[in-house]
Amino acid sequence: MEGRELAFKNALDAQHAGIVAIHQEASMFLELSVTENIFMGHHLRHPKTKRLDGKGMRERTRELLDQLELSIDGDTLVKNLSVAQRHMVEIAKALSLHAKIVIMDEPTSALTTREVEDLYRIVRQLRAEGRAIIFISHKFEEIFQICDYFTVLRDGQYIGEGFIKDTTTDRIIRMMIGRNIDHMFPKKDPKIGEEILTVENLSQLGAFQDVSFSLHKGEILGFFGLVGAGRSEVMRTIFGIDRRSGGTVRIDGKPFVPKGPHEAMAKGIGFVPEDRQRQGVILSMSIGNNITIVQLDSLCKMGITNAKRELEVTRTYGEKMEIKAAGWHVDADTLSGGNQQKVVLAKWIGTNPRILILDEPTKGIDVATKAAVHEFVSEMASQGIAVMLVSSELPEILGMSDRVVVMHEGDVTAIFEREELQEEAIMRAALGETKEARRA
Amino acid sequence: MRESQVKRTPSEPLLQRIVKILLDRREASLVILLAIMLVPIVARSPQFLSLDNINRILNDISILSIVAIGEFFVILSNGIDLTVGSIIAFSGMASGMLNEAYPNVPVVLILLLGIGIGAAMGSLNGLLVAYGKIPPIITTLGTMSIYRGMTFVLSKGTWVTAHEMTTTFIGFPRRTFLGISALIWMAVIVIALTYYFSRHTRPGREIYAIGGNATAAKFVGVNEKRTRFMVFVISGTLFGFAGSLWTARYASAVNEMATGFEMQAVAACVLGGVNFAGGAGAIPGVVLGALFLGVLNNALPVVYLSTFYQTLVQGMVVLLALIINTVVDQRKTRKLLAQRRAR
Repeated sequence: MEGRELAFKNALDAQHAGIVAIHQEASMFLELSVTENIFMGHHLRHPKTKRLDGKGMRERTRELLDQLELSIDGDTLVKNLSVAQRHMVEIAKALSLHAKIVIMDEPTSALTTREVEDLYRIVRQLRAEGRAIIFISHKFEEIFQICDYFTVLRDGQYIGEGFIKDTTTDRIIRMMIGRNIDHMFPKKDPKIGEEILTVENLSQLGAFQDVSFSLHKGEILGFFGLVGAGRSEVMRTIFGIDRRSGGTVRIDGKPFVPKGPHEAMAKGIGFVPEDRQRQGVILSMSIGNNITIVQLDSLCKMGITNAKRELEVTRTYGEKMEIKAAGWHVDADTLSGGNQQKVVLAKWIGTNPRILILDEPTKGIDVATKAAVHEFVSEMASQGIAVMLVSSELPEILGMSDRVVVMHEGDVTAIFEREELQEEAIMRAALGETKEARRA
Repeated sequence: MRESQVKRTPSEPLLQRIVKILLDRREASLVILLAIMLVPIVARSPQFLSLDNINRILNDISILSIVAIGEFFVILSNGIDLTVGSIIAFSGMASGMLNEAYPNVPVVLILLLGIGIGAAMGSLNGLLVAYGKIPPIITTLGTMSIYRGMTFVLSKGTWVTAHEMTTTFIGFPRRTFLGISALIWMAVIVIALTYYFSRHTRPGREIYAIGGNATAAKFVGVNEKRTRFMVFVISGTLFGFAGSLWTARYASAVNEMATGFEMQAVAACVLGGVNFAGGAGAIPGVVLGALFLGVLNNALPVVYLSTFYQTLVQGMVVLLALIINTVVDQRKTRKLLAQRRAR
């Protein structure tokens, strides 16, 4: 750095050298105030008494927050801040450390559009002050909007770099996937069959209301919206994890009120949840046990497991998903994120589902695995499985879906047929603009 | 599947392979430590490894093994059960009093009484934890006092001594079959059954799932409440069984019996590589952990260590074993990360 060679033992070392990282999932002290968070690890001390200088720190916090034009009170507990505000506090902390280099790892992944604009403004401000920013992202819009120079990494390897103004999205995508973009969404000709799932006026207090749509065999029904639109909550309710407060769900025309996921599973519903590490895989269990746990019903006789059949099932579906691992017996926590997701997918195909719910199935996984997942989803649909695909990535929704349900703050704002799919209209519905129009 | 990545080259020496396999197991460090510990002990007193003494140690750890296995299932589900000593006391007291009042009741029925009491007390723990949603440590901290108090109420503060019980009852742990005492047989049966249960049954698998990641387990339809309830019934049942055995083996039932025994049970589990956060661990490790504690208890007097020092040394050795466990674990994690990067 600045011509010197540095090797950091830990984060504190790096901070002293002027490098501060802001993590994907902000690591903060929720029960402490904004001020305390900002000065954690480098408290100000009173010049004379050498005691902690509460007043000084509070003033400095005020300055920093003002500098960022933020309307946050320094005494607020961090747990009461939104995710976006927490990010801003982390940035304020970086400023307080006089950071020369700020590393931001997917800073926008949990932010709404407006919050992202705020973040951009601050990033530009930091740049204008002469700080360097390393902006890690997989979203092209933001890279093109905010960055000057790019480096592409794929599977831990350096692929290329250049000035943003000299390149195009297509060129970067090609660097990222290592093959042409046309293969990114292997949409097959859909053979859409009869209606299998009907949802009418489904509501859950405080999460979503009056959600109605239908799902057909062989169809991929996309669900688009911004974070907090209530898409995942709808899926969880259909799958029997959360209780509904009103409305009906019908499967094959028959009313379906699940008491728990096991009843949804009995109806042939599979659910790949949003949070892979927390909801999807059991990290301390082997790949094999992760895959077979959903079908112990059919694999067990009188509650006794059958190791041979379990291995068969694991091998069949594990190979189908091309899971890369040292063996089926290794624990899931030794796998990469993409392979963990493949384990979750393998688990559900093993149950021969009729309806497959995929909640952000490609979130946080590498481009190659992403392509594999897309191909797999198309194949499932072509076999007559009804797929509900929840995604926050517009290209994914546009590329994969036969129809798209758009939600905004708990309401369905639009349902588009494939022919009508158009980025702008979808985004507008997701921002709730059509809703306002409809109400007016 | 890339099997090539797992298969080791056959040219690798056998010894090296064995060492590698040992290091891959969480229990491995315990075996090594046990071996290291035995060297000075045997040097001091070669009789330590005599059949007689081995038999004594195994008798000593039989009850601990049964109890530690009960604790194992609770810890595996990411819980803790502190009622070990209290359930042993109540069940042991009830067993002794039954034997005193009705000397003709066969031993099998006394054991069944102990098992029944344990199952009932465990069920109450399980109900409170699974359906009342009270954290296991709070629940069992409360019931631990309640059960101990119930023992005093039941006995009205008195105790049952050896001559008040029948020789059939207090003699049965020492009765031998194929040269091995009934007490050891009981432990062997419990170990075999629970081993099979944990590895080859659906409920066993579900305990691992709940302990490993309760949310993910719920998302695949595992009944969390039922599973949490079940682990406490299992642990209570084994503690109750251990209570009856305890009274028979020590030929007395006192109100304070097995006080603090939960710590031994937890120590055996943790020594045996059971993850305190749940989801990982196995029965052989737990038994090994109990064996380790047994050897330690048995060896300290052999090396003429004053009784004053025994508890102190015990604590230090247990801590040392745990530190080694942790270090081995961290090394393994680092290796895994390196492997993942290499892929």
